[in-house]
Amino acid sequence: MYTQAMDTMGKDRDDAPRAARSAEEAALQARFDERIDAGDFIEAKDWMPENYRKTLVRQISQHAHSEIVGMLPEGNWISRAPTLKRKAILLAKVQDEAGHGLYLYAAAETLGVSRDQLYEALHSGKAKYSSIFNYPTLTWADMGVIGWLVDGAAIMNQVPLCRCSYAPYARAMVRICREESFHQRQGFEALLTMMGKGTEAQREMVQDAVNRWWWPSLMMFGPPDSESPNSEQSMRWGIKRISNDDLRQKFVDATVEQSKILGVSMPDPELRWNEARQSYDFGTIDWKEFWQVVGGDGPCNRERLSARVKAWDDGAWVREAALVHAAKHEMKEAA
Amino acid sequence: MSPAVTPGTLPGPPAEPVDKPAKRTEWPLWEVFVRSKAGLDHKHCGSLHAADPQMAIQLARDVYTRRQEGTSVWVVRSDQITASDPGDKAAYFDPMADKVYRHPTFYELPKSLDHM
Repeated sequence: MYTQAMDTMGKDRDDAPRAARSAEEAALQARFDERIDAGDFIEAKDWMPENYRKTLVRQISQHAHSEIVGMLPEGNWISRAPTLKRKAILLAKVQDEAGHGLYLYAAAETLGVSRDQLYEALHSGKAKYSSIFNYPTLTWADMGVIGWLVDGAAIMNQVPLCRCSYAPYARAMVRICREESFHQRQGFEALLTMMGKGTEAQREMVQDAVNRWWWPSLMMFGPPDSESPNSEQSMRWGIKRISNDDLRQKFVDATVEQSKILGVSMPDPELRWNEARQSYDFGTIDWKEFWQVVGGDGPCNRERLSARVKAWDDGAWVREAALVHAAKHEMKEAA
Repeated sequence: MSPAVTPGTLPGPPAEPVDKPAKRTEWPLWEVFVRSKAGLDHKHCGSLHAADPQMAIQLARDVYTRRQEGTSVWVVRSDQITASDPGDKAAYFDPMADKVYRHPTFYELPKSLDHM
């Protein structure tokens, strides 16, 4: 999910696996492979192959960027929530997302990269974030649907990550998963309220939101397995536990059942239960749209990035003032 | 205030006076430890960047205790932590593996002394 475009990221010269430089490195590599195969955890200061480190920096930081950018489409509705209760809930959810981003940045930084470097990568467009956040939130029903589908997809991806071989990431994921289930439940509950006790117009609003968010949610799981060459290496390293297509199928099977409780339909004429597979068949995803959005040309890419860059630039004086203030106090105490 | 280090002893710009803290552009990193309730230990739960100790404590509360996970928070600057070298793990910790006599189960006593 946070590696949707990793297979297309420019190949650095040392991306290609190369022969171990020495007998010592070969021994370290062998020991590392043993630990991974045994299901052991790798900690921050343990030896690791350079590509393992690089892959993790990309994945964890893109996961962090996704959380922070993800605050924007929902932040849009904090001042527009229909009741005080919904406003408080949405505030809490968005705060959580800031917190999740921070846990993940901290995990990424254990791999020897600085926060400033990670932000620079995001702001320059080099680093990606989950494509889903490049879509606009047009109605209040979008808040419910995001909780149900987008957080639902995220949870499906995040639970296996709690067993990721890189321990700081796994620990961050455990923390995140504990907090994430409220995100999905509040969204579903809001939709249940609108569908069950709302007006006809509100029910149509919910269906419209589902129609707009369904396919982008399926795209969250990334390209098909056949087009994800890096998935295999990630699985070998214990970073990725379940394939894109398998996760996507699990998601469809779970959410279609949930949609029946809500009384909404999915905008897919080819969606039907397959008795032989004991799973839902579904239509073809518009991969052209996927690559367009991942490539920077979705409905809100420019808006999201400029909001982030503006926040960073506007906050520069605060960061600097805090440091000067701290330094002044250090001097005072030393004197 | 005169600098403790004589400027100009090395080629290049003069050394900064020692009483002026080194210029930082990034907030330093802090490790956060939270005690979830009275009677338990503080547990390490992650890290964060903050400009000074007071900010670190406040941010630790915001980031790590949103669901009442804490009654007490410690923050320590990450560069103040000394850690054992993972490369020395074997040399450091293996000796403990064969000292079974440190465990109560090593000692067989009559059943009447089960409670000991």
